[in-house]
Order: sequence, then C-alpha cells, then structure tokens
Amino acid sequence: MNRAYDKSTQLVCKALDIDLAELNDWNCCGASAYMSIHEMKAHLLSARNLALAEKEKKDLVVVCPACLTTLTKTNRYLAEEPRLKKSIGASLKAANLQYFGSVKVRHLLEVIVNDVGEEEVKARIKTKLSNLKVAPYYGCQLTRPFGVIDDKEFPSILDRLLAWIGVEPVNFPLKAKCCGGLLMMTNEDVALGLTRNILDCAKQNGAECIITICPLCHMNIETYQGDVNKMFGTDFKIPTLYFTQLMGLAFGFSRKELGIDEEMVPSRPLFEKRLEVVG
Amino acid sequence: MAQILVGDSEPVERTGHALKDVFLQDVYGIPGGEKIKECIQCGTCSASCPTSYAMDYPPREIIAAFRAGLLEKVLMSNTIWLCSSCYSCTVRCPSGIKLTDIMYELKRLAIEFGLTPKKAKAPVLAELFVDIVNKNGRIAEVPLVSKFMLKTNPLGAFKMIPRATRLFIRGRMPLSSHKIEGIAEFEKCAGAMTETMVSSLHAGSVKQETS
Repeated sequence: MNRAYDKSTQLVCKALDIDLAELNDWNCCGASAYMSIHEMKAHLLSARNLALAEKEKKDLVVVCPACLTTLTKTNRYLAEEPRLKKSIGASLKAANLQYFGSVKVRHLLEVIVNDVGEEEVKARIKTKLSNLKVAPYYGCQLTRPFGVIDDKEFPSILDRLLAWIGVEPVNFPLKAKCCGGLLMMTNEDVALGLTRNILDCAKQNGAECIITICPLCHMNIETYQGDVNKMFGTDFKIPTLYFTQLMGLAFGFSRKELGIDEEMVPSRPLFEKRLEVVG
Repeated sequence: MAQILVGDSEPVERTGHALKDVFLQDVYGIPGGEKIKECIQCGTCSASCPTSYAMDYPPREIIAAFRAGLLEKVLMSNTIWLCSSCYSCTVRCPSGIKLTDIMYELKRLAIEFGLTPKKAKAPVLAELFVDIVNKNGRIAEVPLVSKFMLKTNPLGAFKMIPRATRLFIRGRMPLSSHKIEGIAEFEKCAGAMTETMVSSLHAGSVKQETS
C-alpha cells in the first residue's frame, strides 16, 4: 500500500544525492502491535535491525514514525537498562550478531532538512507550485515521545521544508494530534472522529492539500476520507500526499513516477493549473 | 481463563501470589515503571488523551484503579485497547510517568492472563500481526486485514470489498508476502533470551516471552 511512498522516496533521494541503500534482510520493527504482546521479543526485532545497520556502518533512516519510535526506544533502553542490554546481547549472539549502540535512527524528513539543507533542495526545483496552500500533518510519533527531531507538540520542520519547495504551509493547530492510527482497524468510529477533526482543521485554515510523513496517517486521512464523509455527513475532498511526492513534483517528476495516480482523493484538478515549469 | 478479583475473593497466580501483586511488580519492572508510584492524580493524562472520551475509565482513573488493585476495572474495561500510542500523556505527565509504556504492559498482561473484554478487537489484530511477523519477519497487509476481518467482523468484510477493489485497481494491494532469510535465526535468538523484564512473582517469565 505504500508503493507510492517508496517510489517517491527513491526518486527524491536520488535527485538530492542521498545514498539510500536498503538494509539487507531487515525485519519488521513490530510497531505497536508486537509490543502489545511481547516486550523482549519486540525489542529483539529492533535490536536485530540495529545490529545489521551497525555492520553497514551507516545511519538507519526510516520513513515511518512508528519504525522511528520503536527503533529509537530500543536503542535508548539498551543504553539505559542493563537487564535489557544483557538479555538482548545474549539473544543476538545466537545469530552471531552484536550491537554496540552506535547506530543513529533517523526519519528521512530530518535527514533532508538537516543534512541536505535549503540551498541544495532549492537548487533542484524545476516546477513551481504557485500559491499552493498545504497543511503539514506530523501526527504523533515523529516527535513523541523523544522530541529528538523537533518540538514534541508544535513541530515546524516540515513547514520549513514545504516553504523551501515553494508552497505555503498554513497554520494548522492539529498538526501533531492523533489520527487514530491503528484504531481505524479496531475501533473505526473513534478513529474516524479523530481523522475528521484533522480534516476539519485543515479545511478551516484554508489548506488545499494535506502533506503527511507517515503511511498510517496517510491511510486514515486519504483512504478513509470517504468513510469520514459518510459517517459525519461532511464533504471533504482534500488531496493528501506524502512529503516526498510533493517534493518530487517540485523536482519535475511526473505524477505516474511518484505514484500520485494511485490516490483515492483526486489531486489532478488541484495541481493542473498550478504546476509551472521554472528550472 | 484466570479468575479476576471480584469483591473479597483474591485470585491467585500459579506461583501462589495474588494476581494484583504480580501485575504491580511487572509494571514496576518495565523501564521507568516504578514512577507510577508518583502519580498525583492531576488528570493531565486524561485531558490530553484523544480517545479518553470513549474510554470506560480514562487514563487517570485507570492508574488509580490499578494502584488500588482493582484489576477487573482496569482489564475488563475498553480503556487499554483504546490507547493509540500517541504519547501525549507521556510527554505531559508532571511526574514523568511513561504512561504509554504502562499501557503496553497492561495489554501484555491482559493477553497473557486471558483478561480481555470479549468484544475488544485490538488484541485479535495484535495477535495476528505477531503471527505473521513470526512467520515471515515482515508484515503482509492483505493476509493481516483479511484474517482480521474474518475473525472479528465477517459481515463487515463484505463492506470492505468495494474499498479493496478500488485499492486493487490503483495497484495498492500487495498480494505477495516476503519471508526474510534470517527468520529461523530470529527464532533462535528469541530462544536464547536469558531473562525478561517481568518480575520474579511472575510464573510465566522467560518461557512466556519466547513462545
């Protein structure tokens, strides 16, 4: 379901000369579901990824905040909790793996903003998206609980990046509030209510499109937008894109290449008149 | 299914300890778990929680009930399964309690002792998720969602067909699943775990974690 995120991420990284290598034989981080059943084994899932990344001597970059939080949590607890470190150390040894705690876990958004920077991003802009008002939606786990990347409740890193690529990030008070996450599967009514609040806030603040940095948030806001309308009698038609898809458009890639055609809420009417080739 | 505390009768865990004591020690055992003793019942967590409006007992009350040993209230309510892991409570708690992590521990204990409300769907999803990851090393969305729907809402599964079709047409239905090379190794690692974080009062211990 995240083919579009994958495609657009690869294209944007290539354009920015970010050397992205898929971690060989990576495993699922377990997210919230695995941790709800097994504590140590969940940490082991993260620890295996960390150990594999350490062997490659590279930063571990993710595009999903759940992976970010899960991996970061294990990384931190391994350093802070001797019992965990001992047990995980013994476990990894069974596969001839070890982890010395040196890996940095990062989200691609932060890598682009901090490592690549404004000049390099602006230098790649080939298409102007004139006067496009976007709502930068951060969700919960990009900045919570650790607050490493940005302020825990009122982040601005995505706003900045969006301004660099020439669009207008609107004021968006619910930018880091919960969309319901996995509750959309298990408690749909509750999650639809939370998603509705976000759509409402974006609309009220004049957003023409919502930008996300999380596949689950994207699913709730985009794929379930119709369900929100059905449940609440609303009429939202807000195109919702991954930040890499919008960046890709600014860099001159096509809708097809970026997987924008796979969307449920049509964005073509929105972008049709706005794209102006400049570079 | 383990008996839960009702009135005067105290259910006893396999080791002979009262279940509420086992749970309490296990929560103390998670990183930062002992901070739960410092809850001042200020209610910031309840006020910050996006789903507390739908909970039988909001976070603040759950902590109070848990400390009072009222396990039935805590585990048979819908509360812990409505936690979306947004971490708002955790970042705002003035006592520095890692409430979200405590919620995870309560979920684990609830499942291990079979103390979940009958209609709760979240435990079903979590268990299916774990099964798929244990088998493949990665998640496979289509098997996960279809198995989940068939288990929890077979009639609702039919309603999902239009959405599934739309996603399929757009190429958003990954029909193949990937099994990682290191999956057998991973199981070996799990089997080599020397200790868990649960308390010594807990009979399950290492065996429970590696199953």
